[in-house]
Amino acid sequence: MDYIYADNAATTAVSETALNAMLPFFRGNYGNPSSLHSVGQRANEALIAARETVAKVLNADAKEIIFTSGGSEADNQAIVTAADIGAKKGKKHIVSTAFEHHAVLHTLRKLEKQGYEVTLLDVHENGIVTPEEVAAAIREDTCLVTVMFANNEIGTVQPIKEIGAVCREKKVLFHTDAVQAAGHLHIDVKDMNVDMLSISGHKFHGPKGVGALYARRGILLSSIIEGGAQERGKRAGTENLPAIVGMAAALEEAAAHLDENAAKERRVRDQLIEGLSEIEHCVLNGDRERRLPGNVNFCFEGIEGESILLLLDDKGIAASSGSACTSGSLEPSHVLLAIGRPHEIAHGSLRLSIDETATEEQAAYIIEAVKDTVALLRSMSPVWRDLKSGKQQFITK
Amino acid sequence: MALYSEKVMDHFRNPRNVGVIEDADGVGEVGNARCGDIMKFYIKVENDIITDIKFETFGCGSAIASASMATELIKGQPVERALELTNRAVVEALDGLPAHKIHCSVLAEEVIKAALKDYYDKHGIAYDPALFAETHDCEHCDV
Ligand SMILES: Cc1ncc(COP(=O)(O)O)c(C=O)c1O
Repeated sequence: MDYIYADNAATTAVSETALNAMLPFFRGNYGNPSSLHSVGQRANEALIAARETVAKVLNADAKEIIFTSGGSEADNQAIVTAADIGAKKGKKHIVSTAFEHHAVLHTLRKLEKQGYEVTLLDVHENGIVTPEEVAAAIREDTCLVTVMFANNEIGTVQPIKEIGAVCREKKVLFHTDAVQAAGHLHIDVKDMNVDMLSISGHKFHGPKGVGALYARRGILLSSIIEGGAQERGKRAGTENLPAIVGMAAALEEAAAHLDENAAKERRVRDQLIEGLSEIEHCVLNGDRERRLPGNVNFCFEGIEGESILLLLDDKGIAASSGSACTSGSLEPSHVLLAIGRPHEIAHGSLRLSIDETATEEQAAYIIEAVKDTVALLRSMSPVWRDLKSGKQQFITK
Repeated sequence: MALYSEKVMDHFRNPRNVGVIEDADGVGEVGNARCGDIMKFYIKVENDIITDIKFETFGCGSAIASASMATELIKGQPVERALELTNRAVVEALDGLPAHKIHCSVLAEEVIKAALKDYYDKHGIAYDPALFAETHDCEHCDV
């Protein structure tokens, strides 16, 4: 079996289409879109076309798209923008959720230090917030609601359209981090009542280091990188044209094949979930149905995630985990803690994120490999021994 | 993965002395499942020599490798020598550990001390309590 890459939520391979779209912009069409000469203007045409492509996929207007260095920057800029707009009206309260990406959470933490108040909504055991809870959290002084479209670890998909409707009704800006959703789920910013939305090229077979922020007409963006007048003065810096063009091509391709790809992924995902559920004392993280088509996330009791990953890598499988050892911090994933998993089992998590090329044979191989790995690690785990002998109580069924 | 040295990966993939000794002379357990690392050592002692040793570990690759290496370093050694084993020696024997994994080697040092203290206690052997003063459950996080 060839190496199986099941970590597409971390990043994806650049598609053939995206790569071919990018290549002319390194040497042939290398101009600076701001230059007046024809070399620059040819580059500018490509920039305009890429903006239109991205806008069309999101059902936005090209004027409503600005390119950024990635999802993190788009998230930062959206939140800072709403905070600045709010501050002018004396509104300094923001509603978000406990399991946002750090690009959102850390930006909010910074704003808290500057005097903003942040309410982080509970995401429940199923990893989904309700529009009612968002409505209840909105106050007179709320300037922003930011709720991610789909979670990067457990894959749960939020009721974005309904949350957007609540925000419209209450006249509060609504941003969604759609980094994991773009190219994988249908997005329509108008229909979904979204004011601002972040995407990142490398999560849908585009290149890394490029993203986009949609901001509804009428929202005055705050720039977070000062300099030249690129991106209508809202994001300085010579455009990373090869990456922008590559992202647009990848997004267009993903959107064109979205249903078909999702159906393929869902089949393999469900096979993985069913197969891995056979392992005793494990639990699926995130709602069984309302999750990304390519996301599988389990906690296995009595073992630790990094060991699982190393052994799977030896067996030719790339996956990820929310254990402290893999997060590089002392705490396990804040997402798993947010859905109520105790530390003890949050350390033993495994995320498999497949793409449309995943096959049933690969899934069968992964299931066997995970079963063997879990059994091996449990055989040397003092925690597992204590659980089996009844000295400690199992947390999972 | 280049995260770890070949030695670490070897001990992780083929851990030495994994298991349990039912009639152990000393048993030590350190760490905490909340932090994501637990080590448990079982030792047999005859004539002041550690004649057998087994371990169990719940933890990351470097925790398993550190425990495995520590068992190799003290098996067949006099109790006094085992007590002198430092986490540094474990790190060196493994050809190094990444900075944020050093605590795994600390656990390995502590679990040996815990097992030997248990051996002393069980066998009514007098010792200087200062020898074990530094053993604590979880020094690197506050959960
Ligand atoms: C949900 C989510 N938001 C934001 C980001 C950050 O995107 P980028 O890596 O492009 O900065 C990621 C990717 O890691 C993500 O999964």
